[in-house]
Amino acid sequence: MKFHRNGLAKMYLNSIFTNPERLERLLDIAQSSFLPLLEGAIQYTIPLTLISFTIGLILATLTALARISTVKFFQIIARIYVSIIRGTPLLVQLSILFYGLPTVGITLEPFTAAILGFSLNVGAYASEVIRAAILSIPKGQWEAANTIGMSYSQALKRIILPQASRVSIPPLSNTFISLVKDTSLASFILVTEMFRRAQEIAAFNYEFLLLYSQAGLLYWIFCFLLSLVQGRLENRFDRYVSKA
Amino acid sequence: MIAINNLHKSFGDLEVLKGIDLNVEKGQAVVVIGPSGSGKTTFLRCLNILETPTAGTVAIDGHMADFSKPLPKKQIMGFRKQSAMVFQHYNLFPHMTALENVMEGPVTVQKIDRAEARAKAEELLTKVGLKEKMNEYPFQLSGGQQQRVGIARALALEPKVMLFDEPTSALDPELVGEVLQVMKELALEGMTMVVVTHEMRFAKGVADEVLFMDAGRIIERGTPQEIFDHPKEERTKQFLNLIQNADTI
Repeated sequence: MKFHRNGLAKMYLNSIFTNPERLERLLDIAQSSFLPLLEGAIQYTIPLTLISFTIGLILATLTALARISTVKFFQIIARIYVSIIRGTPLLVQLSILFYGLPTVGITLEPFTAAILGFSLNVGAYASEVIRAAILSIPKGQWEAANTIGMSYSQALKRIILPQASRVSIPPLSNTFISLVKDTSLASFILVTEMFRRAQEIAAFNYEFLLLYSQAGLLYWIFCFLLSLVQGRLENRFDRYVSKA
Repeated sequence: MIAINNLHKSFGDLEVLKGIDLNVEKGQAVVVIGPSGSGKTTFLRCLNILETPTAGTVAIDGHMADFSKPLPKKQIMGFRKQSAMVFQHYNLFPHMTALENVMEGPVTVQKIDRAEARAKAEELLTKVGLKEKMNEYPFQLSGGQQQRVGIARALALEPKVMLFDEPTSALDPELVGEVLQVMKELALEGMTMVVVTHEMRFAKGVADEVLFMDAGRIIERGTPQEIFDHPKEERTKQFLNLIQNADTI
C-alpha cells in the first residue's frame, strides 16, 4: 500500500518534470481557474463571512447580555441556544436549514440558508467570548458609570463594551478566521463559493490535487491578511494600557 | 441638606447598618471614622444607592428616597444625581483620557454640548492641578493624580453632596497630601461632604463634625475636638488609642 502510494507520487512528479506538455497543461489550468476561484471568493466567500460575522456579533452580544442578565427566562433561552448550536455539527445545521426546512414549507435560497447558519453559529460561539470579556471588566467600572448617572445601556455602550472589546479581539479573531474556512461548507448546500468552484472545475478536468491546493492557498492568504488586521486592531486598542 | 432616618442594610443574614440617623447641614464636611467592618463604607454607598438599603429614608436637598419599598429605576437615577462619589480605587475609565473622563458625565448623561463640557472639564482639571495632564490616559498618571481626576469627574456633575470613600487609602504616603489639599479646598468653598477616611489629621483640620461608627451604628458624634480630645464612649477611646499606638510604633 505504502509502496503503491509512493509510486503514484513519483509518477505525478515525474510527469510534471519530464513531460513539458503535462507541466504546461497544469500551469494553464492553474492560470485559467484562478479567476473563477477568486470570483467565487468575492461573490460568496467574502460576503458570507462579513455578513454572517456582523449578524453573528450582534446575536452574540445579545446572547451574552441575556446570559448575564438577572432575568431567569433570558438566561435559559440563551443557554439552550448556545447548547444546541455548539452541540451539533455545522454541516448538520446547514443541511437542516437548506434540505430539511422545505419539508415543513420553508424554502430558503442557498445563500440565505448559509447566512442564517453561519450567523447562528458565530452568535453562539462568540457569545461566550463576549460574556467572558464583559465579566472581566472590574465591578468598579459599573459603579463609576452608575455614580455619574449612567443608565444600564449607557454604561454598557460607553464604559463596559469598549473595554470588553479590547479583551475579546484575540478570541474573536479566532472565530472570524474559523468562519472564513467554515464558509467552504456552504458548497454542500449549493452556494458556488470558492471551494465549490474548485470542485466544479476539478470535476471537469480531474486535476483535484491542483485545484484543491489552489483553493487552500487562497484561504490561507485570506487568513494571513486577517491576522495582520488583528495585530493592527490590538495595537490600536492597547493605546490606553500600560506597556510595562 | 442630608436627612437620614433609621437607615438599615443587610447582606443576607448579616446586618451591616443597624439604624443610622443623621442630619448634615449645607456646607458641612462630615468625616466618618471607625474600625474596618463597622459599616462606614456601606453607609456611604447607600447614600448613592450603590448599595440599596433594606429600610429607612434618605433625603438629599429635598429629594426623598424611601427604602421600605422597592424604588423604580427612574427615581434611583434622579436621587443619584444629588450626590457624586469618589472611590478608594479611583475607578477612572481606563480607555478615556483625563479630560474625557471628566467630560463623560456632562456629555453622555446631562447631554451638555461638547464644547461647553470640554471648557468646564478643563477648568475643573486646572482647579485640581492637572492642567498639564489633561490628555493623558489614567495609566500614565500617578495614584494621586488619578484620584484628583476622580474628584474632578465627580465635580463635573455639579452634585449637591460629595461622597468620599477612603479616597487616600490606596495611595503611596507621599501622594496623600495632594489629594487631601484638593478636598480641603472644596470644604472651604462650602461643598457639603461626607468623607470616610483614616486620615485623622484631615478629620481634625477640616471636619465640621466627626462620626465614630462601630458595628453598624453611630456610636458617638461631635466636633473634632470633642471626639479626638474628649471622647465619651469607651469604644471610641479604644479605637483612637489603637490608631495613636500605630502611629508611634
